[in-house]
Amino acid sequence: MPSLQDYKGQDPAWCPGCGNFGILNTFRDAMVELDMNPHQFTVVSGIGQAAKFPHYIKCNTFNGLHGRALPVATGIRLANHEQPVMVFTGDGDCYGEGGNHFIHTMRRNINVKLFVHDNQIYGLTKGQASPTSMEGMKTKNQPFGVFSEQMSPMALAVAMDCSFVARTFAADSEHLKAMIKAALNHNGFTLVDILQPCVTFNKINTFQWYKERVYHIEPDYDPENRVQAFQRALEWGDRIPLGILYKNNRPALEDRIPIISNKSLLKQQLNPLKLEETLREFY
Amino acid sequence: MGDIVAVTGNEACAQAFKQINPDVCAAYPITPATDLMQRFSSFVNDGKVDTELVLVESEHSAMSACIGAAAAGGRVATATSSQGLALMWEMLYIAAGTRLPIIMPLVNRALSAPLNIHGDHSDGMGARDTGWIQLYSENAQEAYDNTIQAFRIAEHLDIRVPAMVCMDGFIVSHSIERVEYIDDADVKKFVGEFQAVNPLLDMDKPKSYGPLILTDMYHEYKRAQHEVMTKVPNIVREVAADFEKMTGRKYDLFETYRLDDAEIAVVVMSSAAGTTKDIIDQYREKGIKVGLLKPRMFRPFPFLEIAEALQHLKAIAVLDRADSFGGYGPLFSEITGAVMSMNSKPAVINKIFGLGGRDYLPDQAEQVLDELVTIAKTGKVETIKEYIGVRE
Repeated sequence: MPSLQDYKGQDPAWCPGCGNFGILNTFRDAMVELDMNPHQFTVVSGIGQAAKFPHYIKCNTFNGLHGRALPVATGIRLANHEQPVMVFTGDGDCYGEGGNHFIHTMRRNINVKLFVHDNQIYGLTKGQASPTSMEGMKTKNQPFGVFSEQMSPMALAVAMDCSFVARTFAADSEHLKAMIKAALNHNGFTLVDILQPCVTFNKINTFQWYKERVYHIEPDYDPENRVQAFQRALEWGDRIPLGILYKNNRPALEDRIPIISNKSLLKQQLNPLKLEETLREFY
Repeated sequence: MGDIVAVTGNEACAQAFKQINPDVCAAYPITPATDLMQRFSSFVNDGKVDTELVLVESEHSAMSACIGAAAAGGRVATATSSQGLALMWEMLYIAAGTRLPIIMPLVNRALSAPLNIHGDHSDGMGARDTGWIQLYSENAQEAYDNTIQAFRIAEHLDIRVPAMVCMDGFIVSHSIERVEYIDDADVKKFVGEFQAVNPLLDMDKPKSYGPLILTDMYHEYKRAQHEVMTKVPNIVREVAADFEKMTGRKYDLFETYRLDDAEIAVVVMSSAAGTTKDIIDQYREKGIKVGLLKPRMFRPFPFLEIAEALQHLKAIAVLDRADSFGGYGPLFSEITGAVMSMNSKPAVINKIFGLGGRDYLPDQAEQVLDELVTIAKTGKVETIKEYIGVRE
């Protein structure tokens, strides 16, 4: 049985009051409650404040390049799909530079757990607009305000028929924990967008701002109704829904690849003699 | 004369951009270049320039936007570092191959993996074959002066080649130094009005950029690019001469320091040259004849000129702030290439230093000079390539 102490990594270098602390602590709690030991899963990240996440927990980690966490996670999962693989990323990392990978990982439906720390700003590079920054938001690099329309990762995911689409809030730890657990228990690619206040660079979408708007989706909501999910996914402004917005039962990629569907690649013995036999068939 | 200010390398380059007022700039944040474009955006905000600032979703897109804007007929600039430059890689070739004079300060930073945000030349060296001109700067003053000269060089009608202006990440980009600015009017006069060549926006004369050329003419196209690069050194010198008239500050393809009567010398680029010069002074006081050569223009590389400057030496140490794993340091390879054209062949050794921002300290320079003294006496080289400043 793991304890919280088992998950203690380096001391976080996030700003005091950062929403990331809530995500980190809740994640550790969830892992302990799920009885998952740190050596039993891998966390992959790219570049950004959220991408520092694996430094602050003790587990198998791969910290790669900006925007590129999902392809690496896909590779890890294909080599050993018996271990959970999670990606911790941010709105800039995943929806911006990694946008293309985001779309195609949803299409593939690899069983990777994606957690996006969505603070609607670039924190690591000190406050430029991200894809989820609201139109008109002024930053040092966007002096006339953001011209581009705000991206809706939820609507995009529903449109892509992503197999699990949820949104939660860094300060609502019980809800966040429930979403982490639900994602881990789902077979297929999961997106959990975590609204996370950036206390230093985002002066618009603050704790208070989110707190006044977020609400839990009603218990009788049917997350398998895609049209209804699309409506909820587009909800942003006065009210922002938290919960599992959408899910389906599409088969995961690992279950569809014949050579790994029964046994992970890692556990399969390479037999050169058998390879020779196979090659001979072509001569 | 312009103001004398205390600014960082990034701030000085942003000031140069402000004074030149490019038509289009693209930006995507990356440490340590973020601050340069961010300062420039504040000039856009304050109406100090009328540049169209394009904020994109990756460096690949930043360079693509620059290419589009330059092909359309605009004066274009951006800035980046490290992985940002690496992500631009295929677009760098497009910019050079289509002969678009884009200007890009490159705030030199180490490449992943492992992740590191501090200064070394791995990024710039990775882009050395792209067809861009590369100018390396020792300090903020040189970064500012090189940026202004780069526009004149790259936009010269005989060449039209993109140019990178390199400075060491953090060491120069974030350190405050004394910088002499040039008056706005003088900068404007010096760089001149931008002349578009074959702009896509000239609707009466339709153009095509980047079409397929196969075995029939690709080889000739690339030879033409090579020939254009051979014209660059004279243009760099011409522009430097005009710049000296305006400012009194002298620039050339490379800088030499106490080299004329030297017997041994260090070849090193960028900020490390400053530290090395101090140590050279100390050794000169002891009667040791040592000098320095600091390449400024790394691409195109001035082989013959450098050979002439180094041919009287007995021993040379080339200090590389980047490695070519499994090969010699990139600067070493160029210097030994230059040595090939000499009648007398000095002994040349290669030291790899300062990777990922590791400090280059005076005792490292002393260690190198002591080794050179021994080599000059004995004529024997023990190890050709070696890392210095390593924690054992």
